[in-house]
Amino acid sequence: MRLRLFKEAPNFDYFSRWKLWLGISGLMMIVAFASFMLQGLNYGIDFRGGTTVRTESPRVVDVAEYRAALDVLELGDISITEVFDPSFRDDQNVAMIRIQAQDDQEAVSVETISAVEAALKEARPDIKFTSVESVGPKVSGELIQTAAIAVVLAIGAVLIYIWLRFEWQFAAGAVLALVHDVLLTIGVFSELQIRFDLAIIAALLTIVGYSLNDTVVVFDRVRENLRKYKKRDLKEVLNLSINETMSRTFMTSFTTLIALIALFVLGGDVIRGFVFAMIWGVIVGTYSSIFVASAILLYLGVKRDWSKPDANAGNQYANIDA
Amino acid sequence: MLQIDLWKRIMIALTCAVGLWLALPNAFYGPVEQHNDAVNAIELQGETPELEAQRALWPDWLPSGLVNLGLDLRGGAHLLAEVRVQDVYATRMEAQWPEVRDALRSLTPVRRQQSPEDELRVRLNDPEKMAEALQIVRGLARPVPTLTGAGATDIDVRGDAGVIIVTLSEAEKQATNERTMQQSLEIIRRRIDEVGTREPTIQRQGADRILIQVPGIGSAAELKAIIGTTAQLTFNPVVSRGTDENANPGIGNKIVPSIDEPGAFYTLESAPVVTGEELVDAQPSFDQNGRPAVTFRFNTSGARKFGDYTAENIGSPFAIVLDDEVISAPTIQSHIPGGSGIITGNFDVEESTNLAILLRAGALPAGLDFLEERTIGPELGQDSIDAGKVATVVAFVAVLFFMFVSYGLFGIFANIALIINVAMIFGLLSLVGATLTLPGIAGIVLTVGMAVDANVLVFERIREELRTAKGPARAISLGYEKALSAIIDANITTLITAVILFVMGSGPVRGFAITLGFGIITSVFTAIFVTRLMVVIWFERARPKTIEV
Repeated sequence: MRLRLFKEAPNFDYFSRWKLWLGISGLMMIVAFASFMLQGLNYGIDFRGGTTVRTESPRVVDVAEYRAALDVLELGDISITEVFDPSFRDDQNVAMIRIQAQDDQEAVSVETISAVEAALKEARPDIKFTSVESVGPKVSGELIQTAAIAVVLAIGAVLIYIWLRFEWQFAAGAVLALVHDVLLTIGVFSELQIRFDLAIIAALLTIVGYSLNDTVVVFDRVRENLRKYKKRDLKEVLNLSINETMSRTFMTSFTTLIALIALFVLGGDVIRGFVFAMIWGVIVGTYSSIFVASAILLYLGVKRDWSKPDANAGNQYANIDA
Repeated sequence: MLQIDLWKRIMIALTCAVGLWLALPNAFYGPVEQHNDAVNAIELQGETPELEAQRALWPDWLPSGLVNLGLDLRGGAHLLAEVRVQDVYATRMEAQWPEVRDALRSLTPVRRQQSPEDELRVRLNDPEKMAEALQIVRGLARPVPTLTGAGATDIDVRGDAGVIIVTLSEAEKQATNERTMQQSLEIIRRRIDEVGTREPTIQRQGADRILIQVPGIGSAAELKAIIGTTAQLTFNPVVSRGTDENANPGIGNKIVPSIDEPGAFYTLESAPVVTGEELVDAQPSFDQNGRPAVTFRFNTSGARKFGDYTAENIGSPFAIVLDDEVISAPTIQSHIPGGSGIITGNFDVEESTNLAILLRAGALPAGLDFLEERTIGPELGQDSIDAGKVATVVAFVAVLFFMFVSYGLFGIFANIALIINVAMIFGLLSLVGATLTLPGIAGIVLTVGMAVDANVLVFERIREELRTAKGPARAISLGYEKALSAIIDANITTLITAVILFVMGSGPVRGFAITLGFGIITSVFTAIFVTRLMVVIWFERARPKTIEV
């Protein structure tokens, strides 16, 4: 007995309301962008400098007690959050303390950190500091710049690759889908105020890779079908191609999601934000390869004259024999 | 189309075998690690029964390359330091002054003027002789080798209203920066080696930064105590002792605070009698009262200078100065000929041990600013490893199960390929000595999810071809043929992003990029070669009339 999503190739019409879908996607992008502009991201210390201290204590975390101990030091904005995770032992009570970058200090000072540790130790002698991280304002500025460049570079490189392998309309569709995915992910992080640090940039780039993977598989089939059915309407060809690749899209998204959800639940709190970004990205990326990338392709139209023998005849690599 | 040449089959099997072989040590991480440590220790300090027993934990003929665990998994300290390369310019100008003075002596008397640290300003008593003086000073310039080969010299000299201004040329500044960085790296490396931790990473980053990662050390503060001190040691004659920080020291002298008497300041002659560069050894010890101290020994020339000076100045005080603070200022009791001595002060044992390490390893040419520091406790690292292990296993089993129920026998083929795939990732990581970080584990889990993609593409295509009622052999071969362009295009684009991540990223992000990149390469290999080989072999044996995928 096989588990099978579709007995036969499905036959949905994805493009009967394609303008509506494009509109919804556009609206969501605007909402995400507005949220990013108005509310802003909850940047981690990687991007805005400062210090985080992770504490562990056998007794229950008392945020007020910690705050009272630290307020004396007058370090400016301090945020204290208790961390919960199913993988923690009973006597493992974890808190994250974030201290803003200190004014007029380019470099990280030992004094601040040891003062913080001493103050907490005094309030609670059994406390342990399982990680202490400090980033100076100079580096954090550079990190955010490098991160932005990395995302732009990745999208640019992809644009060029797809352009070379397909047509420019495909490249435009794929890249708009990527921008859509990245914006929506940033929007979710800003809306839910999840901590945005260096690892999330890695997640963003992975989402770019994943979403592209999906888009390219659909486009590959579109290219093939455009040659096969020269007389059919573009909308029909797109529908056919998406339907034909649908069971693969589901299979891959599903296995990836299974793996990611396992990591989300069991992988510990340190990488939970990172994994969340990827889960979100897989969902959004799958959606966007159909309702953004393909819809854009429909909107832009494609050259249908394949009369000249094309070097990329559907399966350029097909001659490679195992 | 379903034939695969014998030599190709052998190549594929061989590649898999090598991958598994290289990955093998990681399955026995603890014993292999002890074995490797023991091998290194034996090389350094000879064999002991204990070390030999540890070495025997893992046979020598098996591969012993391991995936390094990143700081976030093992625990340890990470520092990013910026070297104040400009510090050295001042020292260079300081050394230039006597040279200029002596060169101009026969022409006209000169006086040194107040100036920024990286400039030397010299006023001529007789401004009329400016042209000649400029020529003489320019004559002191030495050529600097440059990349372009153009004739650059080390100093720029210009005249301005009776004052000669000497600065370092751009070419010389760059050459100096380069030297400063090389020295700093070397000295930091020596200091960390003195402490004796395993596998430290000491890397230059960009023009003037150094990244230091030391696994297993308790905290970044500890690490800073070792590498953060410049440790420039000098012995200077004392002119006087006072309490005024801003008193006029007089030309050729400087005012230096005392390290353990607040408010006390010494006026010292700027030119040291001997410097730390002439030390050959320093050891922690105790003085005659049983307090921690550091004993040291000079090299021959240092010993002679120190001996001569003490012989001539019995009864007067001299100062032991470390990084512009006076550690102690004893009075010379007698001639000290042997070139060895003892530094006493208000040390505890740890401080005297650290000072001895610093003196042995040598002084840093310039100060360090710390831009970033991270300490990860070993418990947190262990928790992350445990959580990562459980998550990987669960993800793995779930995907294996799902593939089996979806594709039956073909699913089993894909599953075997997936297991080989993950083993090969570990093999590759061990081979290049890459570092596994927590995001790296996430990269592996993601690969487990995505690696089946290439197989899914092929299997779905075979299903489609079967629907159009071709024979099974034809369907399988068409399935592989037609899925190939999608597999290649999809994976190249992902690989592009992995490469960009690797180039632009740092630390954990880079670890993620490495596992993701290797994962893409191995998953394409296993899908289009390994699974295919299994399918073909099965097909040859079974010769099924119909197949179900």
